[in-house]
Amino acid sequence: MQDMAIHPVDWLVILPVVLPLLGAALLLMLREAKEAQYWMALGTVAVLLLGDIALATRIAEQGPVSMTMGNWLPPFGISFTADLVGAVFALAAAGVTLLVLVYLRLDMPDRARRDGVYPLVLLLLAGVSGSFLTGDLFNLYVWFEVMLIASLGLMVLGGRNSQLDATVKYGFLNFFATTIFLLSLGLTYGTLGTLNMADIVAKAPAADPAVMASIAALLLLAFGMKAAAFPVNAWLPASYHAPPAAVSALMAGLLTKVGVYALLRAMTMLLPASREVLEPVLVVVALGTLILGPLGAIAETNLRRALGFLVIGGIGATVTGIALNNEAGLAGAATYVLHAMLTITGLYLVAGLIEAMTGETDTRRMGGLYAAASLPSVLFFVLMLAVAGVPPFLGFWPKLLLVEGGIAGWAPNWDGWALALWVGVLVNALLTLIAGSRLWGHIFWRAGHESAENEAPNPDLRRLDRRATWLGLAPTAVLTLAVFLLGVWPEPLLGFGKQAAAGLLQSADYVAATGVAGGEP
Amino acid sequence: MSTLIFRTIAPLLTAVMLVFSVFVLLRGHNEPGGGFIGGLIAASALAIYGMAMGGEAARTALNVHPLAMAGFGLALAGLSGVLSLAFDVPFLTGLWSIFDLDGSEVALSTPMVFDIGVYFVVFGTIAAVALALESDGEDA
Amino acid sequence: MELVISLSIGVLAGSGIWLLLRPRSFQVIIGLSLISYAVNLFIFSTGRLKSDAAPILETGRDIATYADPVPQALVLTAIVIGFAMTALFLVVLLASRGLTGTDHVDGRER
Repeated sequence: MQDMAIHPVDWLVILPVVLPLLGAALLLMLREAKEAQYWMALGTVAVLLLGDIALATRIAEQGPVSMTMGNWLPPFGISFTADLVGAVFALAAAGVTLLVLVYLRLDMPDRARRDGVYPLVLLLLAGVSGSFLTGDLFNLYVWFEVMLIASLGLMVLGGRNSQLDATVKYGFLNFFATTIFLLSLGLTYGTLGTLNMADIVAKAPAADPAVMASIAALLLLAFGMKAAAFPVNAWLPASYHAPPAAVSALMAGLLTKVGVYALLRAMTMLLPASREVLEPVLVVVALGTLILGPLGAIAETNLRRALGFLVIGGIGATVTGIALNNEAGLAGAATYVLHAMLTITGLYLVAGLIEAMTGETDTRRMGGLYAAASLPSVLFFVLMLAVAGVPPFLGFWPKLLLVEGGIAGWAPNWDGWALALWVGVLVNALLTLIAGSRLWGHIFWRAGHESAENEAPNPDLRRLDRRATWLGLAPTAVLTLAVFLLGVWPEPLLGFGKQAAAGLLQSADYVAATGVAGGEP
Repeated sequence: MSTLIFRTIAPLLTAVMLVFSVFVLLRGHNEPGGGFIGGLIAASALAIYGMAMGGEAARTALNVHPLAMAGFGLALAGLSGVLSLAFDVPFLTGLWSIFDLDGSEVALSTPMVFDIGVYFVVFGTIAAVALALESDGEDA
Repeated sequence: MELVISLSIGVLAGSGIWLLLRPRSFQVIIGLSLISYAVNLFIFSTGRLKSDAAPILETGRDIATYADPVPQALVLTAIVIGFAMTALFLVVLLASRGLTGTDHVDGRER
């Protein structure tokens, strides 16, 4: 053991994990006090948001920070190491969760509240923040399981038939994915004798490249399954539409992004040499996901299932960045994750409102909503354009960076892979636009049901009462506003992307912050 | 299941197992034992009670909801780590304080508090699952 | 010992995968458990196989006679998590069976 100077400010690194965990514990004890539970959950996440902001600004100014649990030396103790990517993602996760919590008040049936939705949301947030901030691969596995347990609990809340069916599929496949992750951890420890990320960066180049490549392949499979990348994406559309809209918004906004983040971290920072070996696989995965996602969204008639396919399309965009592995591409991937967290959550929230107003989940039986409720239709329209990547909105910049990365990867030596990815991103944008405008037309613009003759106005529409309007529309409007503002004023976003990509490509700062470089092995 | 013999023995068995679970819990850290295994023993004690008397009786006997107990354990474990904030050492650093109580040495430490927290987490969650299974999955 | 360990890992993983591909939810959960046992054994074996070696330091003993404690700790954590997940799954599956009246993983017989 060695004493390390610890400033109270270093506690910001673990605050995003400890605070929601303690909050969840407290809420579990106060099972009976429903009203207090809600406000305490809201307060916890609000404080957490402030902590995340402080952490992100500190890192942006002074580089990565790290803290190793229990005063053990870094490669042996579990490190929490936050660099800019992790901290900003954690910040976005906390912000999204806060807005979803506001919306949850409207959406949750009483039975679900009795079963403790708020502790589970906090537990989920703890798992997500932990995954973004941890500097240890085994600890990442633990946070994955925390997320899995919390999301399983959230999915069965309410206990409808379709929910249980979705939970079984979601649970089995994700549990299998984490088992594969565990397998690769065993291989990593057996080969390198360490699981600390900074230590892996230092030791991986000296190890047998064949073994490292198989570790990378296993990680790619495990994280790809978590992120719902092609060809292991089938579970996402089969499960995300079943739980209440707020829960599926939270899961679609956060969980797949954790898988993508882990992929980003493992492929570009931890095992760059093995990424080269796997590059053809990554390209095929990226292209398949890019094209399959929006195509599925075009073919699907269930609203939230269609949105699930759009989530998959976005995963394709981030995998594209990982496959390109140049500065612009990685910046595109990092900013895309940020964009997807805000936009996809917003879309799911609007979808929940639409389902509440029409009482339907099938887009063929909706219609005529524009006349009845213009604000949700505008929000949906804006968010859809943002997902497709149309200029004034946030989604444009990540896609621009990816396109730039494609050209940068292609130009020097006529690399066919990069060109294919470049085409893939553009085709994805086009198909997403088609899927989005098709959905918008069906739900809002068309006067009535698909089969209705003479296009009579939809008679089944229900108006939202005042409370529902405020609680439901306010969070969505905030998200949409953020999407718009970051779209017209993209400097902070682009700055983040550039710094994040640089941090992933040159990991010296990260390794130095953890403090393994000077430590005895 | 609820034969006369089983119903007579079950409360006795439960009591002995609960005491044993606390013994195993406090024995931990430097010897085999600890919060996880102690919590499991305690949860099996409750499960035996539930098998003999029915899930409802077990819930009543527990007095608190098992998940609230798990929450208490989680809070205890978390706070034992946060205590290091006051001593300027990293999260979860073990802090020890050894008393001399009438000639015998009593060691109080944050790892022990953490272990007690684990005990309650394991007891609470496993008891909740066991009770849900005993009521045949009608309350997921 | 190496042969026995690798054989048991192989048998566990093989039977686990076979069960995973079955249509009944109970078979699938047992399959998942078997696979995680195989993985746990594998992780345990990455600490090199030694019998009768202590993982905790004592003064005055040759360092080569120790077993690596890290895989043991990892396996312990993995077992605990796997156990909790299996228990949780069983509750969900039972509820699903009670609601749908079938234990087919799709919630209905084909």
